[in-house]
Amino acid sequence: MHEQIAANKRKTVLLFVLAIAFTGLVGFAIGYLFFQGGTAGVVIAVGLAVILSLFSYFSGDRVVLASTRAREVSAEQEPRLHNVVEGLAIAAGLPKPRVYVVPEQAPNAFATGRDPAHSSVAVTQGLLDIMNRVELEGVIGHEMSHVLDRDILIGTVVATVVGAAILLSEFFTRSWFWSGGRVGRRDGGGGDGGIVTLVLFAIGIVLLILAPLAGQLIKLSVSRNREYLADAEGVLLTRYPPGLISALEKIRDAPHAMRAANNATAHLWLDQPSRIPGEQTSAIEKLFSTHPPIQDRIDRLREM
Amino acid sequence: MVAVWVVVGLVVLLVLWAIYAYNRLVTYRNRADEGWSQIDVQLRRRYDLIPNLVETVQGYAAHERELFEEVAQARAAAIGASGTAEQASAENAITSGLRRLLAVAENYPDLKASANFLALQEELTGTESKIAYARQYYNEQVRLLNTRIQSFPSSLIASTFHFTSRDFFDIEDAARGPVMVNLGEGGRQGDIRPTPEP
Repeated sequence: MHEQIAANKRKTVLLFVLAIAFTGLVGFAIGYLFFQGGTAGVVIAVGLAVILSLFSYFSGDRVVLASTRAREVSAEQEPRLHNVVEGLAIAAGLPKPRVYVVPEQAPNAFATGRDPAHSSVAVTQGLLDIMNRVELEGVIGHEMSHVLDRDILIGTVVATVVGAAILLSEFFTRSWFWSGGRVGRRDGGGGDGGIVTLVLFAIGIVLLILAPLAGQLIKLSVSRNREYLADAEGVLLTRYPPGLISALEKIRDAPHAMRAANNATAHLWLDQPSRIPGEQTSAIEKLFSTHPPIQDRIDRLREM
Repeated sequence: MVAVWVVVGLVVLLVLWAIYAYNRLVTYRNRADEGWSQIDVQLRRRYDLIPNLVETVQGYAAHERELFEEVAQARAAAIGASGTAEQASAENAITSGLRRLLAVAENYPDLKASANFLALQEELTGTESKIAYARQYYNEQVRLLNTRIQSFPSSLIASTFHFTSRDFFDIEDAARGPVMVNLGEGGRQGDIRPTPEP
């Protein structure tokens, strides 16, 4: 477990370094090509990347919670949920996380925050409606092990970095699309404009392809095995595997799909939000999913 | 000259190791203390809930007086208990009394439907499971502490600085299940209160 925590911290640092270096490189390219000097571009881009990294470290949890439209609930509003969260925090020897509810019918849950002292647990309304107490304990036990192992930090940082990358790639491709006509006219006036258009086009295409793909790969490396591990550790906290098994079965059989399914936060959830109920997953889908098939998780828990 | 440096180096290493081992022991001891105080917090919470629960049930089932008195007495005994065995039996009396109280409530549909009772029942169930989780955490920390204290070479540091092994917080039934959780489990049967560190 201590190795998990150390590995997660290393991964987070590496992620920040890579994100900053990549942004710096793009800044250099832009500065070199458009402003006859790469240094200023690098400084500006790295500055922006550092600000983004600090922001995702300190406020990533708020961004993630806001993007899922989660609202904080008090102990008076949701006594059962609060009692279960507090109980499992005691079992894990952690401070009690803040408790959120996502207005969504599909049963699901996630945890976020930068460390156990600044952590939040969110569950959907659908989950609260269909789970009994032991099933809820199973789900919260799983989320509490994500908090315990510091999965929440890297998960939250990935969510904000990937979110920013998706936003940027869309910005580039759209600005190229909209400026196409204007640059085309300039192309008639001088030779430079043509190169500029091409470069902008190339950067846009590369970012368009790279950003979501890189994001996908980062998410994959972060997620899949974590889920098996968090299942096992969660059960170690509740000492009652049938609770989580029955919760996962209910999630598997739930007739709802997540409306707020979102590429940037998919890996944070208890089960993949994009999964369509009752549909078989193809081999390709399996390759690109952030979560192991839910039936595999149930089978592994049964073997324990 | 070289030999002197080697000896000095070994002594420094030894001292560094001793500091490390001592600090680990302190960490585990503090965690065990923390676990113990968490159990205490939850037991107190249960004492606070009992009068409310009794009062609510009384409004619907006044003739179950014997049961109310039994629970109230067990509570008073647990709060005023001196010595581990006495308190343990009082806590067990509370647990069994509360179970019967909740079972009695099943016979009164109006009571079962009242918002006040439902809220109290949730609080009580929550507190019982927090007691169980606190005990689980405490026992785990005690296990780690005891292993450190007893295993060589950290046992040398432990005996030098008077770290003592602690007793587990045992209960009669370790099984957890839906029925157990719904009715609430807990109690401190067979509990031996650990002696505080000097």
